[in-house]
Amino acid sequence: MKHYLKQFGIWFAAVIFCIVLPLIFNSGFSRSMLSQMGIAVIFALSYNMMLGQGGMLSFGHAVYYGLGGFLAMHALNWVGDGWPLPLELVPLMGGLGGVVAGLVFGWLSTDRAGTTFALISLGIGELIAASALMLPSFFGGEEGVSANRMVDTTLTSFRFGQQIEVYYLIVAWMLVCIALMYLQTKTPLGRVANAVRDNPERAAFIGYNARVVRTLQFTLAAFFAGIAGGLFAINYEIINAETVGAIPSGNVLMMTYIGGVGYFFGPILGAVLVTLMQLTLAGITHAWLLYFGLLFVGMILWAPGGLAGLIMMHEPVWKAGLMSRLLRAYAIIAVPALVLFLGLMTLIEINYHLSLSVNPDEPMSLFGISFRAQSIAPWLVSLCLIGIGFFFFRKAQRVVRRSWNEVAQQMKGAAIQ
Amino acid sequence: MTALKLVDVHKNFGSSRIINGVNLEVPKGERHAIIGPNGAGKSTLFNLISGFYKVSRGYIELNGHAITDLPPHRINRRGLSRSFQVTNIFPKMTVFENVRSALLWPMGYRYSFWHMCDRLKKVNRKTEEILEKINLADRRHIPAAMLAYAEQRALEIGITIAGDTDVILLDEPTAGMSKSETARAVELIRNVTEGKTLIIVEHDMSVVFDLADRISVLVYGKVVATDLPDNIRKNAQVQEAYLGKEVA
Repeated sequence: MKHYLKQFGIWFAAVIFCIVLPLIFNSGFSRSMLSQMGIAVIFALSYNMMLGQGGMLSFGHAVYYGLGGFLAMHALNWVGDGWPLPLELVPLMGGLGGVVAGLVFGWLSTDRAGTTFALISLGIGELIAASALMLPSFFGGEEGVSANRMVDTTLTSFRFGQQIEVYYLIVAWMLVCIALMYLQTKTPLGRVANAVRDNPERAAFIGYNARVVRTLQFTLAAFFAGIAGGLFAINYEIINAETVGAIPSGNVLMMTYIGGVGYFFGPILGAVLVTLMQLTLAGITHAWLLYFGLLFVGMILWAPGGLAGLIMMHEPVWKAGLMSRLLRAYAIIAVPALVLFLGLMTLIEINYHLSLSVNPDEPMSLFGISFRAQSIAPWLVSLCLIGIGFFFFRKAQRVVRRSWNEVAQQMKGAAIQ
Repeated sequence: MTALKLVDVHKNFGSSRIINGVNLEVPKGERHAIIGPNGAGKSTLFNLISGFYKVSRGYIELNGHAITDLPPHRINRRGLSRSFQVTNIFPKMTVFENVRSALLWPMGYRYSFWHMCDRLKKVNRKTEEILEKINLADRRHIPAAMLAYAEQRALEIGITIAGDTDVILLDEPTAGMSKSETARAVELIRNVTEGKTLIIVEHDMSVVFDLADRISVLVYGKVVATDLPDNIRKNAQVQEAYLGKEVA
């Protein structure tokens, strides 16, 4: 019993967490946000099957997401016309679409990894996005394809009229997909994908055709991307050519990087955080893309392991019971970091107001303070905040570094004893 | 029975001719060393045999079957494996994973995504055996990139022999090792290639004369002599071309 609890405890916890979540955050907005997160988690994990596991950097992963979504949308219409496929299984049609497209384009693009693969993926992405507008019978032209998810054939008693029912469908698929993708990393193909990622030349001399390994890994990733697309179709009941385009392709790349490619759970964090930012920040500020970009660049520069890397960096410290030492240093650096950020933010918002608002002469407001963007005071304040914040941030950095050194010393000492 | 046979093999890169008509026959079970001065084409020859390069002319047989134009993974599946002069392992994977991944194809699991590696008892047992053989059992959970140099060389040999192929090519396995490390490596090589055909390129003459049943001397892309170690030592042509005064 204890053994099973240890092995599956985290999965039980995840299931309960996902069931309870929409009951706590019960507004329509948060439920639809949670649904989007679930879809994004599958999509980002499937992306990492290629990038993290297989070493393939793709700029066109939305092709499989989108094509799966379109096929599922058509399937949904067919179900409405009397096809005997229960709604809960419609995402499988999305997966099927992903597999077919993945096999074809995977074989075409995986002869080499690296730059060659990345550029081909970009080309295929553009190709599909362009042909989406040329083939209106499948892609529905400008207005896209829509369907009604309230069909008669279902496996459960859900009618899917309410968002929470759709959420539970998404979450069920998400948990199944997470489990399958996790198990896949432990299969021969998953391991050999790592070998091909690390050293394709050597992999050939242990009997593997690197191209076949990459194609299979690619196809499985496309399957899960297609399932995410199928859930997208059910969630929104409308899909258009944008779904196969560069924007979702770039998005999933950023989610995965921000979450961290080195650990299986990294993309989950990235998908949740990025979806949250996209949906909430966009309502707060027009400049949200700029903040998002800053976060992305900052992560790539200073935390290339992503959120997961940052967390796992602390694991040995946590185990050694030395976390409090670091937390103190983090608290110290948080203050100037916040000041620096406030200064930057004020500067950005003033500039946005001046150049992009309808009437720049109108006063703007930040944190409930109303002021005119043309007056000199807010500029001075923001520059002061940046200066002071930066100065003390540099000082606090030394504190953090010193704490890390101390902690490392102590752990080393403990290891020797 | 001939394990490996090269007939009039040529290789040129553009106008520079690296291999100029090599003929070589290695019988089953022999330990065969290839020696020669720098730039003689020893590594190129290995790259031709293992399919890493395509031959320009001539043909190569493995166990009586032509392998001349096959890609590396097919040659490997037919029973030939090789190591590299520059350590060539899977750096981010653990030592255990490195060896195990070399066992998956030969033990029939190929591209499977429906088996769990940790449950493949035979594969894992065999992995343990190989780790014992190459003395890396207690380093199994360390990423290969973190191993010491000599350990990485041992791992390289482990990956090469894991698949239990009957022809093994080792490219300078003791390069860069200290004297004691070399002695241990020779012992290891002797051990793991028991009953197999071994073809080895090596600069360290003590290793060569210690290990090899027969020796071929490669000079400017041609085999100038193939003979027993003692005869090679005495061969005037060889001494002039390669051994110089070191041996004499």
